[in-house]
Amino acid sequence: MDLEEKDPQQAPFTRQNWEDSSILDYSTRIKSPFQEFDQTHPSMLSDNQIKFLIQEGALNELLQASEVQDWDPSAMLNNLSFLEQKIHQLQDLVHLIIGRKGQVLGRPDELVAQQQQLVTADLTSIIVQLISTAGSLLPSGKSTLSVATPSLEQTGQFGGVVFPSAQGLNDGVHPQNGCGSKVSELPNSVDISRKNGNEQNHVIEEHELKDEEDVEEGESLLPDTYEILQLEKEEILAPHTHFCTICGKGFKRDANLRMHMRGHGDEYKTPGALAKPTKESCSEPAIIKRYSCPYAGCKRNKDHKKFQPLKTILCVKNHYKRTHCDKSYICSRCNTKKFSVIADLKTHEKHCGKDKWLCSCGTTFSRKDKLFGHIALFQGHTPAIPSEEVKAPVWPSDRGDGDQAANKVGSMNINFSSNVSSENEAQSSMDIKGSINDPAGYFSPLNFDTCNFGGFHEFPRPPYDDSESSFAFLLSGSCSYPQKSGED
Amino acid sequence: MKFQCKRIQHRSLSPHSSSNLFNVLTEEIVCKILDHLHDDPFAIKSFSITCKSFYFIESRHRGSLRPLRAELLPRTFHRYPSVSLLDLSLCPRVDDSTLNVISSTWKTTLRSINLSRSRFFTNAGLSSLFINCSGLVEVDLSNSTHLTDLAASAIAEARNLEMLSLARCKLITDMGIGCIAVGCRKLKSLCLKWCLRVGDLGVELIALKCKQIRSLDLSYLPITEKCLNSVLKLQNLEDLVIEGCHGIDDDGLSTLEQSCKSLKMLNLSNCQNVTHTGLSSLINGTEQLQQIILAYGSSVTSDLAKCLHTYSKLQSIKLDGCIITWSGIKAMACLRAPIKELSFSKCLGLTDDGLSFLVQSHKYLRKLDITCCRKITYTSIDSITSSCTFLTSLRMESCSLVPKEAFVLIGERCSFLEELDATDNEIDDEGLKSISRCSKLSILKLGICSNISDEGLAKVGSCCSQLKELDLYRSTAVSDAGITAIADGCPALEMINIAYNDKITDKSLISLSRCGMLKVLEIRGCLGVSSTGVSAIAVGCKQLTVLDLKKCFNINDNGMLPLAQFSQNLKQINLSYCSVTDVGLVALASLSRLQNMTILHLAGLTPNGLAAALLACRALTKVKLHASFRPLLSQSILGYMEAHGCVFHWRDKAFQKEMDPKGWKLHFGRNSNEVP
Repeated sequence: MDLEEKDPQQAPFTRQNWEDSSILDYSTRIKSPFQEFDQTHPSMLSDNQIKFLIQEGALNELLQASEVQDWDPSAMLNNLSFLEQKIHQLQDLVHLIIGRKGQVLGRPDELVAQQQQLVTADLTSIIVQLISTAGSLLPSGKSTLSVATPSLEQTGQFGGVVFPSAQGLNDGVHPQNGCGSKVSELPNSVDISRKNGNEQNHVIEEHELKDEEDVEEGESLLPDTYEILQLEKEEILAPHTHFCTICGKGFKRDANLRMHMRGHGDEYKTPGALAKPTKESCSEPAIIKRYSCPYAGCKRNKDHKKFQPLKTILCVKNHYKRTHCDKSYICSRCNTKKFSVIADLKTHEKHCGKDKWLCSCGTTFSRKDKLFGHIALFQGHTPAIPSEEVKAPVWPSDRGDGDQAANKVGSMNINFSSNVSSENEAQSSMDIKGSINDPAGYFSPLNFDTCNFGGFHEFPRPPYDDSESSFAFLLSGSCSYPQKSGED
Repeated sequence: MKFQCKRIQHRSLSPHSSSNLFNVLTEEIVCKILDHLHDDPFAIKSFSITCKSFYFIESRHRGSLRPLRAELLPRTFHRYPSVSLLDLSLCPRVDDSTLNVISSTWKTTLRSINLSRSRFFTNAGLSSLFINCSGLVEVDLSNSTHLTDLAASAIAEARNLEMLSLARCKLITDMGIGCIAVGCRKLKSLCLKWCLRVGDLGVELIALKCKQIRSLDLSYLPITEKCLNSVLKLQNLEDLVIEGCHGIDDDGLSTLEQSCKSLKMLNLSNCQNVTHTGLSSLINGTEQLQQIILAYGSSVTSDLAKCLHTYSKLQSIKLDGCIITWSGIKAMACLRAPIKELSFSKCLGLTDDGLSFLVQSHKYLRKLDITCCRKITYTSIDSITSSCTFLTSLRMESCSLVPKEAFVLIGERCSFLEELDATDNEIDDEGLKSISRCSKLSILKLGICSNISDEGLAKVGSCCSQLKELDLYRSTAVSDAGITAIADGCPALEMINIAYNDKITDKSLISLSRCGMLKVLEIRGCLGVSSTGVSAIAVGCKQLTVLDLKKCFNINDNGMLPLAQFSQNLKQINLSYCSVTDVGLVALASLSRLQNMTILHLAGLTPNGLAAALLACRALTKVKLHASFRPLLSQSILGYMEAHGCVFHWRDKAFQKEMDPKGWKLHFGRNSNEVP
């Protein structure tokens, strides 16, 4: 897969795939400020959505029809390897363009436009391909989106994390919406696509569709100074948000994915490919984003009278799990405390039993001053001193650790059972998808031997130390539990 | 201590006992007599064995009990049914079963129990004690280093507890204190000294829950100003001791919002981080303040002294070990309150000028401590004696620049003097004669005063009949004549030290044997003393409790036998370097109260004799032995002794000849603060 040889031949090939010449117009517009197609045009978006819905509905029907068939892993492999190659080619092309940029600089726009046209076309084809592949993996449209996401991100266009796929889908179906601009690394595109995703999901789930204008603002931020995004339940609960376009492996973090991608070929080892997707190209201040919880009636839901938005996607995830999900992680030490976020369990287990400040009323406190405040407040309450006999079990030694591990596995099984099923479904649907002949006929079986599909664990995750990474680790690690348990 | 006089007149009126003259006395009268028999420990015993009815009345009347050994308790239960005050400080071994029996016997009567010297009990015993004896008001659990929070939660069952001492209960934490705070709401006095695991939270909870606290000792606790805010809110707090709390500093104290109006005594000793700013915010608004102790703290500046200006009821200021500045002294002289007690022990920087200036404005001074203020001269003593004529206590050990003439002034002008410490001073016979005018003198310390002789002592003996304590340590010019005069003139003498005095012989001891109240006798290194003198003491001084015979080489078994027979109150003895053998030691072992024995380098002691003595001596709590005996004694014996509460101190000192009597000062002499 040499960089040099790809682009000249590929460019016409990709362009041929796109009969709609209007791409050209829109892709040239990329040079102009990005907000043209941005968030503030709900009408446009809703157009997109509707179209997307139609498209997706058709797709789903197709998938459901084909679900009956037995899936063929080799066909799936074919598809994926093709996709990989396509992406590599596109990447090379973009590299090339970047390389030539200096020379092109003074020239008229013609060549530039042509190049971008090429890229746009290529990208669109990839996206469509991906979506059609990935969309078949999961039962619902949302899952499709999440699977489709990484393909875009992988090309290095997206600094964002979540669900740009809806946008991508729109791109693929309706390139005239100007979404080809992604090629030129739009920082805002992430938001757009996210929003699109939201809106679509709203429609799909038959929630009332809310325009941004209707959203009540939080106290700290003035209205219209930020936009509200709302993820759907399935998106929130998805274990991964970044997926390898080649082997399909999911990752919690983009950086981990990039590390993983190195194993798929030298082209992923270039500084450009390894670099963090940049945001600095954004010339104007990014619009502040706030998030809404999809749970109706929740204070964090944008329909709530006293709506208080959530700051980040991580907040959304943790909030949703803590507030609206079962607390399925049980502390193995005390066997009483339950958590819905595994990181909370971990935090609790660090301290559980160690500093147990117990009141005679049975209330336990993690901190001594809290206990003493409690005792000072209530008449008749007194610190409970554990007698010597009781002390031993409170401090589990080796045995306790073993139990803890065992329990953890157990709880994992419970909690991620849904994931297991969804993954299985995903796999099956993926195969189904593979068996379907792609209507667009983009794919040709290229040398997929070079691709490494089996190695799910070939790329050890780099040890990140921040809290998010630990969270990510827990989630990604959790995926392996069901497999283990299955062996059991 | 209320006793219940039960009507038992049917006994005294019964015809069978009509021959007994004592029966005409009503029980009330007998009880009144008993109430006045506290001074002499033997009086009550004699009383009770007078006749059956007296025995009976006394056993009913007895409210306080201090048993020698816990093993004796079961026998006394039936005899004394109404004991309310139980002092177990002589019983090193008090186990749970003993506490169980105590709690069931004196269930309703027990008000106070002292377990400060006892070990081997656990929280289980305490639990039964506190649950059963609901009337317990006063409990001393000091030195119970083995007690944990479980014990504290047992203490919390004592709902009526008012006084509690937990000094040195190092295992008790905030949790235990929290239990006590919640359980013992009537606490009035609490001592948490050296409870190193008790911090702000525990103390804070005490202050929140026990509103009646009057006295709080928080010495050496790792506390900060956080808990002080709550402590100062206590409406009745009078005594607050926060000695050596290094977590308390100026910055923290400046944040205090509370002031304690009822505070009378504040002890801030050893708080180096607290200066005048912290002090002023701490005592801000405490109008009742009477006593303040700032020993070993920051230097005494004018700012510090000015902090005290507003307290009109201030009586006592202790500044031991502080650096005194001239401006500080001047500011102290301007205090409005008439100070009665001043302590400048080991204060560097206290000069003649300062002290003279200060005492002139505090004419009602009763107690003055200027120990080791080495810059003090005749001038100071002159102004002290001329201004403070009501002085009752003057401690001026090692004021080495004070000349002998100054002591004449003391005697002439301070006739109310009750205590004089002139250790290591130039005082001579003239001074002593002058001081003998102080007829109320009860404590006189003349150690290392080589200028005094029999002449001066004779005068003291003839005039100071109330003398109780006399220290003549290394006052080498004193001989038998002086001691005899003291013994004849001071029948109340309780303590005398005539150590390292060559001229003392058996004659002195024979004359001292006439002092029936003598309790402490120290005759270390008196080479002229033999067993004869010790025998006389043993026979004469029945109340002797402490006897130090170290390096009296001429004392042998012959002295021990009378001691064993007569000195039934002997608690502590030092026999090191004496010529005592196994025989003498085994004889001593019959003393039922002997607790503390130091027996290093005994001439004729063998391991077998020692073992026999140790086993026979059932009240022993502490034995100092030479380390060479350790491998020679059977482990089972040591284990047995330790199980009974005896602690062994093994010393590895080489045998040491007495130094040249005049040369010892080269080693220990006047340059050091402490007298060896």
